[in-house]
Amino acid sequence: MGEAPRTLLDKLWDAHAILTREDGQALLWIDRHFFHEGSHHGFNQLKARNAPVARPALNVGVADHYVPTRGRGGPIADEGVRRMVDQISDNAARHGLRLFGLGSPGQGIVHVVGPEQGLTLPGLTIVCGDSHTSTHGAFGALAFGIGASEVAHVLMTQTLWQRRPKRMRVTVEGALLPGIGAKDVALSIIARLGADGGQGHALEYAGSTIRALSMEGRLTLCNLSIECGARCGMVAPDETTVRFLRGRPFAPADLDRAAEAWAALPSDPGAAFDREVSLDAAEIAPVVTWGVTPEDALPVTASLPDPDRTADAARAAQIRDSLDYMGLRAGQRLSDIAVDRVFIGSCTNSRIEDLRAAAAVLAGRRARVPGLVSPGSTPVKRQAEEEGLDRIFIDAGLEWVDSGCSMCVGMNGDLLAPGERCASTTNRSFKGRQGKGSRTHLMSPAMAAAAAVTGHLTDVRPLLEGRAA
Amino acid sequence: MTPFRVLTATACPLPVVNVDTDQLIPARFMSRPRSAGYGDFLLHDLRAGPDGAPRPDFPLNRPERAGAGILVARRNFGSGSSREAAAYALVDGGFRCVIAPSFGDIFSSNAVNNGLLPARLEEAAVEALLAWLEAGGREVTVDLEALTVAAGEGRWTFAVDPVWRTKLLNGWSDVDLTLSHAAAIEAFAEADRGRRPWAWLPEGTAARP
Repeated sequence: MGEAPRTLLDKLWDAHAILTREDGQALLWIDRHFFHEGSHHGFNQLKARNAPVARPALNVGVADHYVPTRGRGGPIADEGVRRMVDQISDNAARHGLRLFGLGSPGQGIVHVVGPEQGLTLPGLTIVCGDSHTSTHGAFGALAFGIGASEVAHVLMTQTLWQRRPKRMRVTVEGALLPGIGAKDVALSIIARLGADGGQGHALEYAGSTIRALSMEGRLTLCNLSIECGARCGMVAPDETTVRFLRGRPFAPADLDRAAEAWAALPSDPGAAFDREVSLDAAEIAPVVTWGVTPEDALPVTASLPDPDRTADAARAAQIRDSLDYMGLRAGQRLSDIAVDRVFIGSCTNSRIEDLRAAAAVLAGRRARVPGLVSPGSTPVKRQAEEEGLDRIFIDAGLEWVDSGCSMCVGMNGDLLAPGERCASTTNRSFKGRQGKGSRTHLMSPAMAAAAAVTGHLTDVRPLLEGRAA
Repeated sequence: MTPFRVLTATACPLPVVNVDTDQLIPARFMSRPRSAGYGDFLLHDLRAGPDGAPRPDFPLNRPERAGAGILVARRNFGSGSSREAAAYALVDGGFRCVIAPSFGDIFSSNAVNNGLLPARLEEAAVEALLAWLEAGGREVTVDLEALTVAAGEGRWTFAVDPVWRTKLLNGWSDVDLTLSHAAAIEAFAEADRGRRPWAWLPEGTAARP
């Protein structure tokens, strides 16, 4: 009797289950735990038990959530921010943990640094006290966000108790139209599934469109898995994955041998999924969000929904609440919405390919509104500067700053003023996400650049005519 | 952790969908040490008006909901960020149970790790409960052994992962249980080094291997 065909998720799960209880809970081995300044609650639990870190080498720190994006090298003015940045260094030093801290040449956003350093690999279990840990699934890893108590548990045992999620395959077939990228694919999927449509599921992205995406694109796609409520998202490793990893500092010395093991990871033909969803790439347009959840996403060519014409009362109430908070009118054309500011950055869209896409739109043009460009890591910043992208942003009138979570979550003080409207390449349009009273429209880097150039939400495609995007 | 068996408490309606963790506790409060108490940060920016004064119409601010221990909300409660501080804010704010049709996955496990019950109740039942509360109903009983919610004449069955139920009923935390499996973990790690040498990182703290 042959073995039953297994999905990528099942292969990852089975390779990490130390034991499985009768009630279905499995104790999973954790290959990588990334921590950041916000992980302090987890470290405090460790301290309260006077417990050591079980496997120091497998716990890697990155300073990103609170780090300043300006004035690096000088003292940090804000006392609260300074305390957070000092605390991660103290915790790393106390327990002998590797740290990409403020001032380290490898510093950046944890979900950019992991892949860039070759710490993120196919076949691994990866956790971090951050919901966007789903990003690392782009390599064919089982990667998910955890809370502080779980952070403490991983630090103390290098394991976690988990229940195997359900399997959902999201298949996208066909070629994306010019000017359309992974962000548009992801927002289209979220609009289709809803903000909770993925709850309890591991998403596997498949199909020719996904295979054709670069690693940067796959990272953006998997990053946004949590925005439809999924436990994690993943893409099976292939040649693109292995090519990306070659020469990365922490990639396995014998990469070819590792790649042989990874070749066994993709879902077997005939493997069963609990749910299947498919999209046609040709139907995906540049997408923007208009409401207070990423599920409120529409093609930029559309108009805002009218709650009075919405049959479902609960949905109508939700639309009304979103329009009210966002300061918008029912029926208004999306492309008529003026923005006050743009932000290009975050773990969703701050990699070199994202910066190139924004620069392709901004080259030789001026932004009509102020904006901030924060590269995903210090190495990305250096590379962008070598390519002259920084000049394009600065000449357009945007601010070119250092790397961190910055205005995606505003913990370091990079905030919108109350009522300000931002065209943002980030991941959450929640109320107050970019500061109290902030209004966020999510979109791709190219679309954010287009909004900067015109001062309102804009279809980027005409701006790309005659340019190599 | 205190075991959770039967809770009878004032319930507060929050008839809102997608109460994400950024709303449960805005990011700017999360650098504070837990010892300071997180209750005042709960739903901070929804509870206060633009001038910072409490909005009298917001359910949590109404005098008849003072001391509430149960929160009743619509679907996708606790979606978004993994911040356990959202559970801290609820617990420190006096809540031991949230009733909603669905919850964010990470929030649910954070809640359970803090002795807070995320009780999944069907949408129609949640709407009935919300209507009862908004008509002036106050006291609700949540029985975790029987998996029931009782309010006035109404009685419904809720769902919660059986593993979480056991954990809450006993007030267990995972770490001690896990440490009892230390030998199995050690054996797994030892074998894994041979099976997947490429998965391991060199010892030390150097930023390059």
